[in-house]
Amino acid sequence: MSGASSGVKGPAVAGAAAGVVGDVLLETRHLKRYFRLDRKRQVHAVDDVCLTIRTNEILGLVGESGSGKSTFGKTLLGLHDKTAGEVLYRGEVLPGRYRSTDFQRFARTMQMIFQDPYSSLNPRMTAGEIIAEGLRLHSATKPQAIREEVSRWLIQVGLSPDHASRYPHEFSGGQRQRIGIARAMIVRPEFVVCDEPISALDVSVQAQVINLLSELKREFGLTLLFIAHDLSMVRYVSDRMAVMYLGALAEIGPSDDVFFRPMHPYTQMLVASNPEPDPVIERQRDAEPIHGEIPSPVNVGPGCRFAGRCPQVMDQCRHTTPELLPVRDLTSNVTRQVACHLYG
Amino acid sequence: MRQKHDHDQDYALTVDNLKVEFDTYGGTVHAVRDVSFGLRRGKTLAIVGESGCGKSVTVQALMGLIPMPPGRITRGSAKLRSAASEATELIGLRERELNRIRGNRIGMIFQDPMTSLNPTMRIGDQIVETLRVHRGMSIREGFREAERLLDRVRISEARERARQYPFEFSGGMLQRVMIAVALACSPEVLIADEPTTALDVTIQAQILDLMQALQREEGMSIILITHDLGVVARMADDVAVMYAGQIVESGSAEAIFHRGGHPYTLGLRRATPSNDPENRQRLEPIEGSPPDLFHPPVGCGYFARCPHAMQVCEGRMPDPFELHHAADTADDVLHSARCWLQHDQAPRTEGVNQNGAGRGAS
Repeated sequence: MSGASSGVKGPAVAGAAAGVVGDVLLETRHLKRYFRLDRKRQVHAVDDVCLTIRTNEILGLVGESGSGKSTFGKTLLGLHDKTAGEVLYRGEVLPGRYRSTDFQRFARTMQMIFQDPYSSLNPRMTAGEIIAEGLRLHSATKPQAIREEVSRWLIQVGLSPDHASRYPHEFSGGQRQRIGIARAMIVRPEFVVCDEPISALDVSVQAQVINLLSELKREFGLTLLFIAHDLSMVRYVSDRMAVMYLGALAEIGPSDDVFFRPMHPYTQMLVASNPEPDPVIERQRDAEPIHGEIPSPVNVGPGCRFAGRCPQVMDQCRHTTPELLPVRDLTSNVTRQVACHLYG
Repeated sequence: MRQKHDHDQDYALTVDNLKVEFDTYGGTVHAVRDVSFGLRRGKTLAIVGESGCGKSVTVQALMGLIPMPPGRITRGSAKLRSAASEATELIGLRERELNRIRGNRIGMIFQDPMTSLNPTMRIGDQIVETLRVHRGMSIREGFREAERLLDRVRISEARERARQYPFEFSGGMLQRVMIAVALACSPEVLIADEPTTALDVTIQAQILDLMQALQREEGMSIILITHDLGVVARMADDVAVMYAGQIVESGSAEAIFHRGGHPYTLGLRRATPSNDPENRQRLEPIEGSPPDLFHPPVGCGYFARCPHAMQVCEGRMPDPFELHHAADTADDVLHSARCWLQHDQAPRTEGVNQNGAGRGAS
């Protein structure tokens, strides 16, 4: 096959060429985000998440809908207040609740790309205005210079400068996602949360957007949190993969390790559910039945969140919450973190 | 799909030269342009393609679900074939005749179960309604049957669940209800239009398993519409790849995935990440976008995006070429592609027609 980079270990995409993964850029410590429903009930959307993201890394975050992955991404950027816990960026503790001055300060370093390119662009603004807005608000750049930057970014994301005067409805889904990317990138952030950036797009266009993100990452030395539910795509894109279930991390480690040798029973279930685009492999697959659905995140009690669906559930799983602990993968000899009593 | 030894009775449904157009203010959209295929009895045919390629319109035309106007079926025939009786022509049937077929002989499930069910009616009542209309049951009989159906689609505590409203069900559970409704009259053909697209991957696996189990038990033939190649690989016996309103390639799932003969099929494969641990090649997107179906190209619809486009492609769309492989001998399904590269005199092109082999060797 053309362009095959053969069996190189580690991140294949842009990742490999994109400079060395460096120091810790962002860290969460026991981060929680609850939503209060009424006096007695709270949604535990993000519950005690501890992880680190290093510079130049793509961390993939997978989980089913309702697992809290989008809430986690938004909480990192201050779009949600933190219920408890901390987010550290380059060692500095970020405010628990952002005020407008905080947004002013951090919007230039941290940005977000949204899932739905239809609802995330203001239909009354032209593409040029949408892309320019970040610069206009967060820098002292002169209007003429802003216009030049917008043209430059339109080209950078594969559109043309003439597109600046058009409105969102005049673009296809893939083109809109490029506008969303240009809007995020124009302020030259260090860290970008990509929240399901390709889920709404057709297969052939998904690859266009993924390759664009890889190019930008390589060229600008970005660090990305890539949130998605498509396991194959996350494995393909990311250096490390984190698996979230019902607000908590189940497992986090190098993408290939987690994908090919999942340790947490939930990760094993996810991988087993993930259809392989090859009928020969699919026919050889063991028909391991998959049970249950993700339960309600309201007032989650103690114990492992996955206990109700876990085929290997033990007594202690029902009352003791497993901690995220290091476990060595004997094949790759790399340590990852798993929250499961089977490895405790 | 066509077999090499073609007998009408081997098919549950055959479609020939179907053309569907829509009149809009902007002009006429040629949504389905001359589509022909056969659904083999007891098998699953996946129709694959990207949004706007005409895959949903094709099956809606079969079901008489195209609003006319603005829609128009300008040509073609679709025959529902049962082993026992004569074939029934579906195109041009009157509403009353269609109602005898829809739900009875052809069941359908859609992408979004939430919008397919009435939010103000209990789940059980909605199933009973179907049973009363199609099977003439009394309310009491209907409820007993509804419980049995919910049980069949593996919904536990069926009696209690039947008294609940759609909002009390998860997306996966609602899709099970939709399948239960579709199964109510033991249809010969089940049409599933993106049945798992809105669902999470573990729930998707459950629904696909359920569909396969029910197909084994009932001997249904299934048309599965999807854009997800993983779902196709898991479910399909046969595959038809659609692009710009036409079927550009069709054959057995193995042939399509491993010996694809149309550049669009190959392009789709290369744009999808493979899960091979030894192989993490860069994704190759298909640049550009599909043609405007207001003014469909006279030649091949894929011409503008095709890396191997030749002069002839712009001017004329070829009829399907039959592809032959040594590996296909055991396989009864015809593999064909509408691409000039499959012509005897076409230049040898790596990966497309070299040695008659597709991507299989990767």
